[in-house]
Amino acid sequence: MHPYDALIRVENLRKEYTVKSMFGTSAKSFVAVEDASFHISRGETWGLIGESGSGKTTIGRMLLSLVEPTSGTILFDGNDISKLDRSYQRQMRRRTQMVFQDSGSAFNPRRPVGEQIAFGLLQYDLCTRREARGKVLDLLDRVGLADMHYDRYAHEFSGGQKQRLGIARALASRPDFIVLDEPTAALDVSVQAQILNLLKDLQQERHLTLMLITHNLALVEFMCDRAAVLNHGVLVEAGSVDDMFQAPQSDLTRKLLDAVLEPEISAAA
Amino acid sequence: MSAEIIANQTQQATQVPPAPKPPGELSGEPAPAAAASPARQPSRKRLALRAFARDKAAVVALVVLLLAVGGAILAPLLTSYDPYAGDSSRRLAPLFTPGHWLGLDGQGRDIWSRLLYGGRYSLTVAFVPVLCVFPIALALGLFAGATKSRLGGIAMRVLDAVFAFPIVLLALALAAVFGGGLGNVMMAIGITLLPYMTRVAYNATVQEIGKEYIEAARVAGATNAQLLFKQLMPNVVSPLVVYATSTMGLMIVTASGLSFLGVGITPPTPDWGVMTSDGSQVLLEGYAHVATIPGFAVLVVALAFNLLGDGIRDALDPHKQTS
Repeated sequence: MHPYDALIRVENLRKEYTVKSMFGTSAKSFVAVEDASFHISRGETWGLIGESGSGKTTIGRMLLSLVEPTSGTILFDGNDISKLDRSYQRQMRRRTQMVFQDSGSAFNPRRPVGEQIAFGLLQYDLCTRREARGKVLDLLDRVGLADMHYDRYAHEFSGGQKQRLGIARALASRPDFIVLDEPTAALDVSVQAQILNLLKDLQQERHLTLMLITHNLALVEFMCDRAAVLNHGVLVEAGSVDDMFQAPQSDLTRKLLDAVLEPEISAAA
Repeated sequence: MSAEIIANQTQQATQVPPAPKPPGELSGEPAPAAAASPARQPSRKRLALRAFARDKAAVVALVVLLLAVGGAILAPLLTSYDPYAGDSSRRLAPLFTPGHWLGLDGQGRDIWSRLLYGGRYSLTVAFVPVLCVFPIALALGLFAGATKSRLGGIAMRVLDAVFAFPIVLLALALAAVFGGGLGNVMMAIGITLLPYMTRVAYNATVQEIGKEYIEAARVAGATNAQLLFKQLMPNVVSPLVVYATSTMGLMIVTASGLSFLGVGITPPTPDWGVMTSDGSQVLLEGYAHVATIPGFAVLVVALAFNLLGDGIRDALDPHKQTS
């Protein structure tokens, strides 16, 4: 893998929200992301670390065109995603997917989950309606779920199972790039490990590029080679995860690092 | 912290997401769904019906309402008396008078006959405005909630202003302006109802649109129309149906109240409110049955609508549907 072969390159990305008052007379603005630049190489897992409200999810959503940037450019596979024509835009949508944080609300409560996984397949014309069920069953099998789960509803699954469903849905459209938004925040530690291992295996198998959004440095250490730290919308540190752990450059990184290490410190004392 | 300690701790930190997966990957994770039937699950409709059937109060309510509607429709078969023609020689005959088991009213009209025919008016006034307002409220609520546009905001503010009026007072004022008669009463009730139903649709829309399944569908390539009609709408229709059903009970009470006050359906039409009003004039003479029978009918039907609403809510709740 060539180090400069970036699947995603982001330059001076900025997002500002304006909140209008009731009569639209005055407006307050809030900068969620300030001048962020980074790249994600093909096949790597890039970590984006930050506390809640730091804007990390906003960056993830901008990469997937769910949120429109105020300014800055996002290059996907060398193309500026804001300048793509309709059919390329659709292609990009298909090739970039997301695994959501809140597995409880990530599936429509009133439709069978299998149908919702099949939706992406059908929407991007990846198979016929008749083939869809079979393809979804294959995906369910791959993420460790069974055929009988196809017709069930979201509330019938445990947290870990829901996250597996979310991964299956993200895989359905055969993406190159998946944003993992706190994929294990709602899970207990043993299930977390299962999900992370599954993601690692899938990345190998399918040559996926992953972006891991998290506040947990332990996850980054386990999953990523390179990462960046976001503090109130500003990237305060970026580089290899090893360097970051050996010699943290910013106070926030040190703080987050301490949070991860705390149990060991108290055990050592 | 010395570098050595950090290195040591870093090493431990790598172990925080613990250990490789066990051989039976799923075994560590409870699988509540696995215990249930292995075959394809019954359809949602069937699950909803099953959940509904388990709710005894709702089933009874449904039966009561079907009886009321059936009685109103089949009135000519269930009584041979004309609801308008009275026998003044036998006025105010008590309950269980031979041939008139609910007795006669102040003008000697058969109360059973008037109750049956009156159901046609009272039930229509409950159903029709709610059914007419339903699609308007749904469209307005979805539009205002999903687009967050200025126009939608203005519409909601206007409806909020209507909220400031007590529901009965507003209906009373409107009915007084429009004049009596079935159509006008239904219009007055419909207008009174609109802000309430729209608010329910709007709130449901705003609540659902923030959930991640909407974004997930967008990532999966859904168009705006698909998001609105396939993802959002089913989750907005359900609470609105529940609210509408419960509201029908309130509407029948409101309509009867308007008739009772003389601004609704006008005598001699055998509406339940009109009948209660007629009966109240002889109440002090000691003839309680003339007013209480239609009043009781309003009470029972209103209660039935409320219980039915509860039953529908439970039946539509995915969490309460078990196979």
